Order: sequence, then C-alpha cells, then structure tokens
Amino acid sequence: MKYMLIQLETAEEVSRRDNPEQAGAYWGAWGAYVQAINQAGIVVYGAGLMPPASATTVRVAGGERQVQDGPFADSKEMLGGFFIIDVPDLDTALEWAARSPAASAGSVEVRPLLPPMP
Amino acid sequence: MTAVAAAERAARGSYGRLLALLSARGMGLAEAEDALAEAFATALLIWPRDGAPASPEAWLLVAARRNLGRVARHGAVRAAAQGTVEMLIEELAEGPEFPDERLKLLFICAHPDIAEEVRTPLMLQTVLGLDAARIAAAFLVSPSAMGQRLVRAKARLREGAIPFEMPEPAEWPERLPAVLSAVYAAFGAGWEGEAGPLEEEAIWLARLLAALLPGEAEALGLLALLLHAHARRAARRDEAGAFVPLDEQDIRRWDTALMTEAEAVLTRAAVLGRHGPWQIEAAIQSVHAQRARSGRTEWGALVALHGALVATRPSLGAHIAQAAVLGQAGRAAEGLAVLDALPSQRMAAHQPFWAVRAHLLGLLGEAGAAAAYRRAAGLSSDAAVREFLLRRAVNGRG
Repeated sequence: MKYMLIQLETAEEVSRRDNPEQAGAYWGAWGAYVQAINQAGIVVYGAGLMPPASATTVRVAGGERQVQDGPFADSKEMLGGFFIIDVPDLDTALEWAARSPAASAGSVEVRPLLPPMP
Repeated sequence: MTAVAAAERAARGSYGRLLALLSARGMGLAEAEDALAEAFATALLIWPRDGAPASPEAWLLVAARRNLGRVARHGAVRAAAQGTVEMLIEELAEGPEFPDERLKLLFICAHPDIAEEVRTPLMLQTVLGLDAARIAAAFLVSPSAMGQRLVRAKARLREGAIPFEMPEPAEWPERLPAVLSAVYAAFGAGWEGEAGPLEEEAIWLARLLAALLPGEAEALGLLALLLHAHARRAARRDEAGAFVPLDEQDIRRWDTALMTEAEAVLTRAAVLGRHGPWQIEAAIQSVHAQRARSGRTEWGALVALHGALVATRPSLGAHIAQAAVLGQAGRAAEGLAVLDALPSQRMAAHQPFWAVRAHLLGLLGEAGAAAAYRRAAGLSSDAAVREFLLRRAVNGRG
C-alpha cells in the first residue's frame, strides 16, 4: 500500500530552520528521520519544501487569472514536506508518521494514494 | 485522590465484574457492553458529585436495566439482556457478594483464537471499560481500525466458538503466558514516552490477576516487574524534560513505596518455588532498584540474569537488553556479537537495536557509533529521546 506522509509544521517550528540557536537541532532531527526512513527501503519519493513564504499561488477563476505571492491561505500548520512510502499496512505507515519530527511539533497526515489513472 | 478519580476507580472495579458476570450468565459480550455502557457513563457523571454508592454493582445494574430499552440493538437482544439483568438484581438482593468472573474474561480475551494484536485492546475494553479511541491512540492505530478489530473479536466470542469458561488446569501452562503477555503489552504501549499512556491500567490488570491467581508465581512476577518499572516514571525525564537513561536516573525521584511493594510481591513469588521469565524480568528490575540503597549497579548480577532470561525466553527484546548490559559490564564486544546474530531484516527499523548498537560502538571507540545514534534518533517517536540520541551522536559518547 502506498501512503503519503504529509508533514505539517507550526509557524514556530518553521522559524527554527533559520534560528542560529535552534537550526542545528531542527536539521539534526530531520536528517536522522530522513536517513532512517530511507534505510528502511520503503520510500518511493520524498522531499522537504522551501518555507511557505517562498510559494506562489495561481488561480483561474471565471476565466480570470490570479497570481499571489505566498501560500493560498494562512493556516496554523503549514506543509513542510512529504514522503510517499510503500508499506504493508496503515499501522506501519502510522509508525513512520509518529517518528517524524513534525509529529512532535505539528502533525503528520497519513493518506492512502489513489491507484494510478488507467 | 480526587472525587472523580475515586468514582472512576469504583466504577472501573464494577465494570469488568458486571461485564464478566453478564457474559458468564449467557449474555453476549457485545450485548452486555451495550447494557452497561450508558450506566457506566452516567455513574461517572453522578458519583463524583454524590460519592460512589455503597454497592456500585447494584447501582450500575439498576441503571443498566433502565437503559436497556434505549441501547439494545433489537427486541430479542433487549429481552435477553433484560432477563439476565433482572436475574442478577434478584441475586444481589439475596446475597451481598457476586462471584468474581473476571478471570474467565481475562482468559477468553487472550484465547489462542483471538488475534494476538487485539488481545490487549479487548482486555482493556472489557475489563476496564476503556473506549476504542483511547486504546487506538495508545497503540498508534487508527480509531476506526481499532473499533473494527474489537467488533470482529467480539463477534468471534458471540458465535460461541470461544466458550465463556476457564481453561482446564492442564491447559494453564499454555494459556496463562498469553494472558500475562497481553497485560504487559498494555504497559509497554508508547514505551518511549515519559510515561506509557496505559501504565496505570496495566498495573490495575496485573494487580487483579495477582489477586485472582495468588498461587501463580509468574502472575506475581509480572506485577513485581510493572511496579518496579512504574516506580521510576518520575525519573525518566529531568526538570528540563530531557530523557535520562536508567543508570543515570536520580534515585530521589524513584517511588520508594512502589519499590517496596514490588519487592514484597517478588518475594511471595519466589516462595512458590516455580521460576519463569516474568520473575527473572522482575529480578532484573530489582537489581536496578538496589542502586537506591547501595549507590551502584551490580552489572555482573545483571549479566547473569539477562543470560537466564535469554535462555528461558529468547525474544528479540531479551537479546537486545542482554547486549546492552554486557556493554555496561565492560564486555561491549560480546554485546555486539549478540546484536550481530539477530535477524538484520527485522532490525532495520527497530529503534532499541540501533540505540544499543550505537552505545556499544561508542564504548569500543568505533567510528560507526555516530551514524548508529543518528539512525536510532530517526526511529524515535519521542522528542526527548530523539534529542538525547542526537546529542550522543555529536559527542561520540558511548
């Protein structure tokens, strides 16, 4: 079964990326998690994302194009990255979700992938 | 203790007793739960305010009778449930005490035909009345999946495939270990955290089992083990919330009363003269506890006990613990050899394996220690444990 682990971080957590006192611990924790999940041989693909402020949002509403700097909407938790993993069952996927640093400082949403389009 | 906690305790004591009784008198487990669930919820609203009644069982039965019409699934079930409840209310009027049928309940929950993964949840729900969502969170399972597993297990019990009765004495040596393991699994849920989410519940079950089976040395061994481990819960983190390994814990933060009780229970078990893995595990904890008096840990004694445990019950966890203790006793190379003999495929995502491996490599001054610490950190689901391991990865400490 393929699942996406959607890593959601609070604004405070995202700000640790550039905080000189906390960046080491932040990236250390992510580095360890990425290493462990890769070594388990279950990762189909995964990536971290640049911070939400780097986003550009596009909408075409009623034939009119709207382009906006920043993410679509402000929310408490922001998408920080994702993994697509191939594991036997949901229980195993939840185990990997709990190990993510985002689970301790935000949340991790676990969603099964749709089968490929015919 | 707060009024709410007192009421919860009284209700909890009655819930499993009544559920076991109703099931023993022929009402299906699911029907008995329906009959009691709402009465139990009402009790937890009213008892903290008015105090627990003199006979919690009578109170809950009367409330259950009143609720039956509303909660029973269909007419036939309601009639059957009503009949059984009426019968019990009459019995209660005649004598002050019901027989305790909870031992049967514990045995059917750990029946070989019940899937191993659902035995502990089933016990927590039927004996203690915990809801599926809370059990699911403790075991890191989706609440709907946990609910389905419980429903399926109860359906098996209702089909009559598993009779509501005690196994024959001849079957005990085979059946009791499953009951003990299921209780231990409740204690071990969420083990990496500051406190397991179900530690209190597991101890409650272990106490019940030890009370119902005072002649079973291993039931006492399990209780002693859990009491020792629980006694150290406040010392597992320091004031700043950082993880503290067992041999560095501040002994002033250990619970002396629980440790004394654990020792007394373990002595009672030893007198019975039948050794087993749970008593060995309790003895291991007892050696750690002795540091509170002697100021030091007897690693030699621990090496011997872990050797005995591996010989009695060679689980993966027992081997990993043995490797860790060999390292502390100055025999890190032997510890690594123990780890190297474990199935590497199954160890790939096993956090304790990597934490112990890192520790042993560090003791030997090997370069691979940092990478192993990072891997163990990446497999940790507790932030304090993760930080502890990452600090060691940087310091290169064993």
